[in-house]
Amino acid sequence: MSLPPLPQSAIVIGATAADWRAAVTLAGDALVSSGTARPGYSGEMIRMIEEHGPYVVIAPGLALAHARPGPEVIADGLSVVTLAEPVLFGHPYNDPVRVVLALAMASPGEHLAAIAAIANVFNDSNAISELADATSADEVQRIMKADLP
Amino acid sequence: MKIVTICGAGIGSSGILKVNAERVLRKLGLDATVVAADIGSVREVAADAQVILTSAEFVDAIGKTFADVIIIENFFDTTELSAKLEAALG
Repeated sequence: MSLPPLPQSAIVIGATAADWRAAVTLAGDALVSSGTARPGYSGEMIRMIEEHGPYVVIAPGLALAHARPGPEVIADGLSVVTLAEPVLFGHPYNDPVRVVLALAMASPGEHLAAIAAIANVFNDSNAISELADATSADEVQRIMKADLP
Repeated sequence: MKIVTICGAGIGSSGILKVNAERVLRKLGLDATVVAADIGSVREVAADAQVILTSAEFVDAIGKTFADVIIIENFFDTTELSAKLEAALG
């Protein structure tokens, strides 16, 4: 099953973020760059974490930020931001975060194939450190097994 | 048997847990329905569930339930998931 589109415009390597909010905003900006979300989506992802805590840090070093489908989403999309310096999300087990993924889903019902594709990538326990150390967008697409346009 | 996975929006992390829980259950030879849901609908969705899989952040919000609430640390670690599910269901 296929990953949501991950074009090079949605990949940022070695970014600098002062804190988790800045890191999530960078990942939201990358969705805006690829044309899959509007600028307000970053704020929605941040509000999810403010409301529920840092649960998006679902594995050591990895955050999967997302909000609900809604008007800020243009189309299904994924972005990947790797951080030059890890940031803390306040998670009890999985801090610090080196890789932030942002996920935009246009409709609530049809996302499980995309989620399964993400699970496939990261069930390989090396994937997070390989992404964190990637030096090019090509390499990120290869690790993520993205369908190249 | 019914297992519910819970996260904030019911699409991202709970979806990952659902996909991986189904994989683990297949390997363990256990038959269960796994449903992903958001924390707002937990009472309704989990009313007839035996197990709730979630992250530590949602335990307080889930509150009192007849289901076993299992906290998963690494959502991609099927070994962790397998051990915790086997302990709860075995």
